[in-house]
Amino acid sequence: MSILEAKDLSVSYGDTNILDELNLKIPKGKITVFIGKNGCGKSTLLSTFARITKPTKGSIILDGKSIAKISTKKIARELALLPQGPSAPEGMNVLQLVKQGRYPYQNWMKQWSREDEEAVSKALSVTGTAELADRPVEDLSGGQKQRVWIAMVLAQDTDTILLDEPTTYLDLSHQIEILDLLYDLNQNENRTIVMVLHDLNLACRYADHIVAIQDKHVFAQGAPEEIMSCDLVKDVFGMDVNIVNCPLFGTPMCIPYGKGRNVKEGRCTAVAY
Amino acid sequence: MKKYIPVRFRNFSVLASSRAIWITVILMVLFLVVLVVSVGLGDIKIAPAEVFKSFFGTGSDLHNLVVRTFRLPRILLAAFAGAALAVAGAILQGIIRNPLASPDIIGLTSGASLTTVGFLAIFTTSDNALTVSINWLPLASFLGALLTGILVYRLSEKNGLSQFKIVLIGIGLAAGAEAVTNLIMVMGSIYIASRANIWLVGSVNGANWPEVVILMIWFFILFIMALLLSRRLNILELGDTITVSVGSSTSKDKKILLIISTALTGGAVAFAGGIGFVGLMAPHMARKLVGSAYGALIPVSALLGAMIVMISDLIGRTLFAPIEVPAGVFSAIIGAPYFIYLLYKSRNI
Repeated sequence: MSILEAKDLSVSYGDTNILDELNLKIPKGKITVFIGKNGCGKSTLLSTFARITKPTKGSIILDGKSIAKISTKKIARELALLPQGPSAPEGMNVLQLVKQGRYPYQNWMKQWSREDEEAVSKALSVTGTAELADRPVEDLSGGQKQRVWIAMVLAQDTDTILLDEPTTYLDLSHQIEILDLLYDLNQNENRTIVMVLHDLNLACRYADHIVAIQDKHVFAQGAPEEIMSCDLVKDVFGMDVNIVNCPLFGTPMCIPYGKGRNVKEGRCTAVAY
Repeated sequence: MKKYIPVRFRNFSVLASSRAIWITVILMVLFLVVLVVSVGLGDIKIAPAEVFKSFFGTGSDLHNLVVRTFRLPRILLAAFAGAALAVAGAILQGIIRNPLASPDIIGLTSGASLTTVGFLAIFTTSDNALTVSINWLPLASFLGALLTGILVYRLSEKNGLSQFKIVLIGIGLAAGAEAVTNLIMVMGSIYIASRANIWLVGSVNGANWPEVVILMIWFFILFIMALLLSRRLNILELGDTITVSVGSSTSKDKKILLIISTALTGGAVAFAGGIGFVGLMAPHMARKLVGSAYGALIPVSALLGAMIVMISDLIGRTLFAPIEVPAGVFSAIIGAPYFIYLLYKSRNI
């Protein structure tokens, strides 16, 4: 049963069409990952789902209702978006930042209810940032910062969390740390996670559902092991790859053809498709 | 001691930072000290105890006259003008998400200066008399700030109110307004030029009680509005995407807050002239002291701004006595290096 859905969705910036009559259902309680070339519109699709970008035609449907007809505060209790590379103002500490996630539950009188306190302390503990609570956000490392931002989004207490490239600028160990955290949130709390990822191998490892976007449309979608193929990667990224199974997880792994050191044959050559 | 204390009463709840509370209390005490010292200093020196007596009208006749008629109004006017500019700056830094934003930078002060000098030029006769009452001058400067605020808003509104557009359009309007102001002063008589010059730099010389009362009421109304909107400022500082994502409105909030900021600047400039750099320095210092939460940032900025202008005025009227140096000169002497320091620090961003 899908709760979030794009229906005949068209988005354009000025005269440029970014998405054209796109249809997509986000499976509930699963991890969905958008893949596609730079500039293919996957980030735009994510921000349209979160009502940041307004569609030129069509609509986003949340629980059977167009989000254009739902109050923005109500939507904020259903879905949260973490944009790419967010920045905190100077002097803001971790607690204050995470606290901002409670905005949709507050008003000018009620600014720190018991529910707010519980949600924030839970978000801090789940993301392992409780001991950072008093530290200024600007002093944290990249991985810590990203965990704190995820804590803010968690404090918003939504069923669906959208994340735009949550692992950019992080080294591999922190990428895994963030993706493991999102995986736990999905497994333990049944949250629906939708994100844009660039690393196809990590996408195949963590996603239940992959959506490949190409030429303003959904080109293919489904479980990674069902849809990942040499042809798909060729069509979506214009790149020749070989697909093997991950020796640890058994999920598909893409190995690109091209140049590089070739120690297998004892000489340096290009390996072509 | 706990760093944060939840305060809950029926439906009302906030999370108070004990550090912010302490700093506010300390600054309030400091404010009173500066007030009493400032009132006591001048041609006639009055001891703090005597100053207190005169506050309540129980001092000697001479002291009562000096304190209640001459010094207190100008010092309070300086305080409220400084507080208003500081809060205006704090709000702008939140909307524009830039610590270098201030009422001077986005052209509000320049707009007010233009209409003030224009007012002097239009209504001064050839024998240096004004054809209308000087009491209209504050209204002229207020309208200038307001018009500039509306213009900045209107011009940067198209396709969303982006921070860069506000700053660039503000700087452009400021440059234009200053050029026209200079043109009027060059073309007008020397009398207008010298008179306008004192006002442009910012001076609280010759303040009276009605002015103080008007500015005080004006300030407190806008101050409370700003405090009520502080949680929206906290969210706006996280950027447009997050603001929408948590269910707030970016353009509507920015519009209201820009109006409040303009009204505060207009009020201050109308009565005290273009006192520079307070709107930049005070909120920035406040952020260093209490962090970025606007609930604390607004009152702390106000207290710091008030003290900066009071001290500038105190130095201005005592250091080179009997010559009066406008308060704005001293706020600029501290403010300009501070601005350069901020620029230097943010050069890598």
